[in-house]
Amino acid sequence: MKPFTVMPLEEANDLRHPSGSTRFLAGGTNLVDLMKHQIETPDTLIDLSGWKSANTICEDEDQFLIGAMVSNTALAKFAYQHPSLSLLAQALLSGATVQLRNRATTAGNLLQRTRCYQFYDTTKPCNKREPGSGCSAIGSFNRIHAILGTSPHCIASHPSDMATAMTALDASVNTITPDGQTRSIPVRQLYKLPGDTPHLETWLQENELIVNVSIPKHSAGTQVYKKVRDRSSYAFALVSVACDMQLKDGIITDVRLAFGSVGPHPWHAQSTESFLKGKTATAALFEEAAEIALSPAQGFGGNDYKIPMLKRTLIHVLQQVADHQSAQPGHQGAIYAR
Amino acid sequence: MPDITINGRAYALPEDPRTTLLDFLHQELAMFGAKKGCDHGQCGACTVLVNDERMNACLLLAFQLAGKTVTTIEGIASEDALHPLQQAFIDKDAFQCGYCTSGQICSGVALQQELADNQPSTLWFDEHYTRLEDVKERLSGNLCRCGAYPHIVEAVTTVTEAE
Repeated sequence: MKPFTVMPLEEANDLRHPSGSTRFLAGGTNLVDLMKHQIETPDTLIDLSGWKSANTICEDEDQFLIGAMVSNTALAKFAYQHPSLSLLAQALLSGATVQLRNRATTAGNLLQRTRCYQFYDTTKPCNKREPGSGCSAIGSFNRIHAILGTSPHCIASHPSDMATAMTALDASVNTITPDGQTRSIPVRQLYKLPGDTPHLETWLQENELIVNVSIPKHSAGTQVYKKVRDRSSYAFALVSVACDMQLKDGIITDVRLAFGSVGPHPWHAQSTESFLKGKTATAALFEEAAEIALSPAQGFGGNDYKIPMLKRTLIHVLQQVADHQSAQPGHQGAIYAR
Repeated sequence: MPDITINGRAYALPEDPRTTLLDFLHQELAMFGAKKGCDHGQCGACTVLVNDERMNACLLLAFQLAGKTVTTIEGIASEDALHPLQQAFIDKDAFQCGYCTSGQICSGVALQQELADNQPSTLWFDEHYTRLEDVKERLSGNLCRCGAYPHIVEAVTTVTEAE
């Protein structure tokens, strides 16, 4: 690990640091790992461990407000108790392990970096790690990589389950900019596509601090987070589907859809949502929806399988949710929950 | 330097902020119970309890733990007797090489409390939930390269059922 200095947040009242090598340190489950690999080499860490006010979850009539430093474990427990947040509980609990979830934080999870093998291998070119050096994932081992939203400069995928659920639930991050302003950014608009600048991953300014995450209290239906992976636990998704859907008399009245591990960021399936709304739920409709959802998809050899896999997963989830809504009209939350 | 409490005793935190809790335990306190396996939060051999929550010591920068209480495998037993889970590991022959054992036991001790606290797991959303599968899921952050899993799971469930 390269040497760095530490500044507690309370002393960092001016977040306008001159260099680009200041990082906020929350749980560190990703950043410390990246620093050990010398992929991240900050000069200064702003230590958030004493930021008590960011450790709370509150709610009012319109929204749930989750502090940036709330652990994945605490958030999963809270979400588990609220059927309208079941998607979030399912996603969080499917991710990592208890050890990591006890330490990982809400804001840190949203900002975690890709698990692209070539990004982690400092002997290989990577435009995300070293802008302009090239992408060594294209044309080599790339079975975990993205099939949507890629560019000739980067095909890395975003690994977060939680962020995928947040995308489906239309959460927003509330931030403080380095010049002291506050603003709110929908998670669906937080991330940049790679284009020719894959090292720029979000629309956050340098040293812009996420304070909390807001999830609107909208009317929810049956919620499923389906994660497909190489082993049944402790693995990143190959593909995942987050779905919250409501039916009335067989008609889809509302649907929220996001896909994980298939794009450079959690993938909001907006066109598929629009296609499904107002139509009668049938197997043929879901087949067609999957074709629409994946029509822009492009494989790179090793990850070609993700296209049919995501189609099948999506169809399965839509059918499962529709069946459940038909059996239990007005149902809210998970299909199976203890 | 501010303090950290490890197994009931206060220690000054290391001066170099790059020091992980795991390296602090090994290099400055000569406590080698928590093992260095992958050193990247992937194997669970370094699992310790921080304020009673299990975490990977290799990913914790020690300076962030000012004022926290840490329990390592060295602090699991009482003065007079092994922790019931330690005894169960012996009774059920739950180790082969033993390298992952301290992490497995710390994880298993935390797991008992998580079950008592009704902490949800992903298995709670599974149509085919069983308590046994739930325990396996909760232990999945600890890898055993010998493959002693059946005995480890048996040791943990023996203690869980007894409580």
